[in-house]
Amino acid sequence: MDALSCSKTRNPFTGAEANAVGVKVAGVNKSYAGTPVLHDISFDVLPGEIFVIMGPSGSGKSVLLRLIAGLESPTTGSITVDGQDPCLEETRDRVRLALVFQAGALFNSLSVYDNLALYPREHRSGDEASIRQKVMHALKILSVEDAVNKFPSELSGGMKKRVSIARALVMEPQLLLYDEPTSELDPVMSATITEIIATLKNEYSVTSIVVTHDRSLALTISNRVGILMEGKLITLGTPAELKATKDPVLVDFLNPKIDIAHPRFKKLETQETTT
Amino acid sequence: MKQLNAILEGVGSVVQLFLKSLSYAGTLPRQGSRFIEQCYMIGYTTLPIVAILSFFIGTVLALEAGYAMEGFGAKEFIGSLVGLSMARELGPMMTSVLLAGRVGSAIAAELASMKVYQEIDALTTMNIPPAKILVLPRLAAVLVMMPVLIIIANIVGWFGGSVVARYVSYVGISPESYFAALRHYTKFKDVINGIEKAEVFGFVVVLVCCDIGLNTKGGPREIGAAVTRAVVVSLILILVLDYFVTKILL
Repeated sequence: MDALSCSKTRNPFTGAEANAVGVKVAGVNKSYAGTPVLHDISFDVLPGEIFVIMGPSGSGKSVLLRLIAGLESPTTGSITVDGQDPCLEETRDRVRLALVFQAGALFNSLSVYDNLALYPREHRSGDEASIRQKVMHALKILSVEDAVNKFPSELSGGMKKRVSIARALVMEPQLLLYDEPTSELDPVMSATITEIIATLKNEYSVTSIVVTHDRSLALTISNRVGILMEGKLITLGTPAELKATKDPVLVDFLNPKIDIAHPRFKKLETQETTT
Repeated sequence: MKQLNAILEGVGSVVQLFLKSLSYAGTLPRQGSRFIEQCYMIGYTTLPIVAILSFFIGTVLALEAGYAMEGFGAKEFIGSLVGLSMARELGPMMTSVLLAGRVGSAIAAELASMKVYQEIDALTTMNIPPAKILVLPRLAAVLVMMPVLIIIANIVGWFGGSVVARYVSYVGISPESYFAALRHYTKFKDVINGIEKAEVFGFVVVLVCCDIGLNTKGGPREIGAAVTRAVVVSLILILVLDYFVTKILL
């Protein structure tokens, strides 16, 4: 059997086992209006693992996540989720894939309850009583059950993120994609979200791909980390391997130091005095 | 050449959206609440402004007709002119123009903002096609509500004409002769033709505005641009289609 499609995951609501899925990214290039954004990206994500994609802003991390989610197609190369093209409706019918968006992407016209209930209602997974049970359970896991009757506009940034993860959880996903799950959050909330991602993986064995700038998230909960720079995957390894690296580019990226004696700060100082 | 490409791309996208929405037609019975919500938005909230506009179109038609026909001694025929003009042309066209301005702009703004704030992407990853839950109920609602709006627009417009015919001194004909001429020359078929026109206009307006909203790219600024584009394209299409539909129906 293919190593990318053989692990078992446990349904967070019923405890039943289901197949966790793997992802294969092979020679992917992506360009917008002739401008290349991703160059020859290849890696595999094994079923049930947490795979983190790190990189500076503008390195193409979110684009790569959108390609894996099937929201866009690669210019060349291929991406498969459980052996199938994620852009196809049939794949989404078969593989439950959830994406936690950076800004939450909650439906503003719906209450938190209806946001979470939309997927099971549309896919007719159970009667209203069982849907309510699922929704309340997901909100409880994320500790946001008090927000059930609120609208997204009434939620704080951290609550939106948690509701967004709860919405993904209600889908009983086999593959969970996170786009910057800890951005714009205070350190305590960041730690909470990090714990939640780890818990979902440990308790339910969901395959997770996390795009983040958050070094502590990447190095504490991931199984493997890929680092993207200027659209290229420059390294791929376990957190231990990355921590031990001597590559100056990676060391600079993973342990940035602020050197106020650096000429660029001097330049800024001079500009301020002149103005 | 570039503009022609853009037009052809737009037409292709609208046709695709139509076919996709049609393929989910079987799900409409399960989308009762969304359908009713859209009927409320398209029908009920548009009704007051349609009534006000139609009343004054009727009054202006009667005023102009009275002025023009006085010279021929044919003031008794004002009712026929107002009746036919409202039923065949001005009722459907002005109601569709209002629909484009009021409902079309709101649809484009809502869907464009959903696109910009990634709500459409969220639906796609949840395998809930936007054509099914966002477009289909709106198309069904406009098909149901347009005839209602047109019938009300006609009745209010005819009534507006009768008020002028009765109370403006240089027109000065009785409501009885006004409505007698209206009934004699305005056939049931004329009203049906007007409703058919309005159905085409309304359907196209909603479809085009949905398509423009769903294809919005970029940041929040693009929401405003999408609304403007949706209204302008809708108005142009109403006028262009008016010629062809009238030609077919005559």
